[in-house]
Amino acid sequence: MTNSDLLVALAGQQNAGKSTLFNVLTGARQHVANYPGVTVDKKYGVYRDASGKVTAVDLPGTYSLTSFSLEERVARDFLLIEKPDVTVNVVDASNLKRSLHLTLQLTEMGLPTVLALNMMDVVERRGTQIDRDLLSERLGVPVVATVGRKGEGREALRSAIRTASGTHAPARCSVDYGDLETDIAALEAASGAHGALADIPGRWLALKLLEDDRRAVEIVRQRLAGDAADALIADAGLRAAAFATARGIDVPDHVVACRDRAVRALLDGVFMAGTRETGSTVTERIDRFVLNRFAAPLFLVFTVFMIYQVAIVWGYELTEYTWPLLAHTREFIAGLLPDAGFLTDPYIRSMGLWLVDSANTLLNYVPIFLILFALIAMLEDSGYMARIAFILDKVLHRFGLHGQSTLPLILGGVFAGGCAVPGVMATKGIPDNRARMATIFAVPFMNCLAKVPLYTLLLGIFFVENRSLMMFYISTITVIFALLVSKLLTKTVLSGQETSPFVMELPTYHLPTVKGVVRRAVDRTWLYVKKVGTIVIAVAVVVFTLLQFPGLSDERWAHFQTEGAKAIATFETKMAGNAYADIATGSNVVGLINFSNDYKRAKLNASGASASSAVNDSFEAANPAFYALVRPPRGDADAKAASRALRSLVSTRKTLRREMKEERIRSSLLGTIGRGMEPVTQFAGFDWKINVALLSSFAARESSVATLGVLFQQDEDQNASLETRMGAETTAAGATALLAVSMILFFALYPPCLATTVMVKIQTGSYKWMMFSILFPTVLGLTVSSAVYSIGKATGASGIEAMTAVYFGSLALLIVVGLFGRRRRSAFLPTMAHRPSLRT
Amino acid sequence: MLHTPAVSFRSLNDIKPGCRVRIRRHHSSGAVRQRLMDLGLMPNVDVLVVRSAPLNDPIELKLEAANVSLRRQEAATIEVFDNDEQ
Ligand SMILES: Nc1nc2c(ncn2[C@@H]2O[C@H](COP(=O)(O)OP(=O)(O)O)[C@@H](O)[C@H]2O)c(=O)[nH]1
Ligand SMILES: [Mg+2]
Repeated sequence: MTNSDLLVALAGQQNAGKSTLFNVLTGARQHVANYPGVTVDKKYGVYRDASGKVTAVDLPGTYSLTSFSLEERVARDFLLIEKPDVTVNVVDASNLKRSLHLTLQLTEMGLPTVLALNMMDVVERRGTQIDRDLLSERLGVPVVATVGRKGEGREALRSAIRTASGTHAPARCSVDYGDLETDIAALEAASGAHGALADIPGRWLALKLLEDDRRAVEIVRQRLAGDAADALIADAGLRAAAFATARGIDVPDHVVACRDRAVRALLDGVFMAGTRETGSTVTERIDRFVLNRFAAPLFLVFTVFMIYQVAIVWGYELTEYTWPLLAHTREFIAGLLPDAGFLTDPYIRSMGLWLVDSANTLLNYVPIFLILFALIAMLEDSGYMARIAFILDKVLHRFGLHGQSTLPLILGGVFAGGCAVPGVMATKGIPDNRARMATIFAVPFMNCLAKVPLYTLLLGIFFVENRSLMMFYISTITVIFALLVSKLLTKTVLSGQETSPFVMELPTYHLPTVKGVVRRAVDRTWLYVKKVGTIVIAVAVVVFTLLQFPGLSDERWAHFQTEGAKAIATFETKMAGNAYADIATGSNVVGLINFSNDYKRAKLNASGASASSAVNDSFEAANPAFYALVRPPRGDADAKAASRALRSLVSTRKTLRREMKEERIRSSLLGTIGRGMEPVTQFAGFDWKINVALLSSFAARESSVATLGVLFQQDEDQNASLETRMGAETTAAGATALLAVSMILFFALYPPCLATTVMVKIQTGSYKWMMFSILFPTVLGLTVSSAVYSIGKATGASGIEAMTAVYFGSLALLIVVGLFGRRRRSAFLPTMAHRPSLRT
Repeated sequence: MLHTPAVSFRSLNDIKPGCRVRIRRHHSSGAVRQRLMDLGLMPNVDVLVVRSAPLNDPIELKLEAANVSLRRQEAATIEVFDNDEQ
């Protein structure tokens, strides 16, 4: 039966537990946080009860229902236009007095309401009792006690929703607005005469018009003809002005005061036993230390350091145990794919392995993210995150950010290690729109985990002696850049965005629950893994294709085939007369080579003597004949000779394959683009190889090192690390530490990876801003790198000198901008109201 | 040139931590004013200025039900009673 299907809206203040109760009701997952303003968009979920389907909507957290803020407009429009069958007003029962203002506004809108007294566990812990029956009778709505965190009260809430859905009479309780009542009645009558306004609650509309509410005025103008609308609005305006003159108080203030009186009356006698909150004295004691002028910075630095130490340092150590799992997976998949050929591999194989490698580099960070996100969830749930916002707001605000930008910046990786995707996502908690936009563009400048490998690589080549100094420069200069950029953007492209004041509640401290923390850590990590699953894989395919095609020319291909045939011929000559000649002929040769390579890799992956001998056993069992050539038995001269011949063949093949790959990449589409960019990037010192690496890192940062690895491939038997190879090749080509600095700076300023830009699109809701988030950093990065490289080259500065100069230059700029911001601020005028009636 | 407000008044911004005052009226408008009222900063309400942040701004206030933090910029728009007027 469709008419027993219900639409239910959950309304309430931030942190009242709407999302938690939403999950309890619907079983769906949603972001939960003890941090003001996490929910901005509405979430849907469905459950069934005995009578039918119930769709629940989690509305944005609102303190009241005016049209001043986006959240309130969203919530109110939903209530007004979608007209849910029941509105569940979720309130923090330990803070009833302030919460009931909203309850009264809901009943004023004539909405069938259920009052959910959440956080009853906190109330009970304080030894307070709430007379729910009395409250329910006075309000005229069902009152249900819940403990969202423990899932208590679900059935009671569900059945109260059913009950309330039947009562379409407006709630009993209405606020007495004293002297304003005559005006309300008159306006209600005037608007009631218009059929077009029939579906809008009359008393509510009258009150809103008297308050000069923007949205109410809009509704009247939309629905009524010009004259009628003007008349009604003018009437309301005159009445409001007359009231203000007569009473010496503006209508909105009067309304709030009346409501406050009504709330007091409602609550009179509702609380039984118990006195002042005990929880807040604990909070007070903690805050006395944590927010102390001297202890606060120390404790903050200590907290951030602990996050870094536990998540990044120890997390990295953990990946040493998890990496073999990924390596085994790769081997397993490699075994499923078609075998490698002598000169080229089947596309399915090279593409498959490319995808596995791309995914593995990202999956390798999963342990780090699980720990990092769990720690951050603990900070949020405990209430300390709001304190961090309180401590840092002054600095952040000066650069156009917001105290609550801290969480996104930490997630993005302030010092080292983070991910911009959850960072950008977390910006939706920032109540000030302009600061939120600025934060979205600042987060990608942080040191995401994937930038670290390139830094490590370059520092290992060029800055062996100054490695830690350079790492310090890198991790702090990104913060400096982020602050400068936000200031710049705030003053320019973002200057037209809506802003709102910083008024934030400092919640009482909670002990985070294991379940809540684990769930959030898993949810956020899962988001990261999805990024691997979708975007990164998709882009990996594109980059792979761009690197493969158009491929070698027929002539070059013929050349390599001849070379390959020659190598095999040489091998066969060496094997002539050898006892093992039979097993190493014709089509067997490629199989033998693959066997030998698989064996080498398996030995590399195996750790410890027992694992190593297990590898031996399994390879011997798989193919005893091949095994004899790969590991010649003691004293078998023929096997030894054959093994030597095989090794030389393997190495010739490797060289040929490397040459082919390099030629292919050079002539590939991506290589062509990279070379096409040289005229521009030459000022920053980048040649086509570096361009290709930087281009491919747009797919995912991790690929920059992988691509460099391909481009600076090993020679012959040499088994040098990428550091040595790149070092040798680049220094031979005249590259210097200055080039490394140029690369590092570009990489630090480089646009967010593709996954992040998609998140930027989601959070800003516009492709225009997404394009901006790509283009602006590219131009900025190229400008800075070119300037540093060109000036550095002209002055003959060394790498470390250039970096030091850039560092202190931007630091000085930061200080100047910071001081400049302060002068502007102190000229701010506190009086901005138009209150002629009160000026004396 | 230094601008002085047309009417000078004692605001929450001038109150030392540890002092309790009563709010007289708001000098802000629109969204700011509404937000302050929502948080319980209504005329005739008593507030305790708990502390200022380590960098002096924002400040923390204790209201009847909750602790709220506020930038000095907005605190300066909230007029309070002089203690002897209360
Ligand atoms: N002690 C207690 N905490 C709760 C209860 N319900 C929710 N919370 C916590 O309150 C915080 C805010 O909850 P959330 O659902 O995000 O609130 P929302 O902003 O209204 O969506 C979270 O840390 C929850 O774990 C409850 O009944 N008791
Ligand atoms: Mg929520």
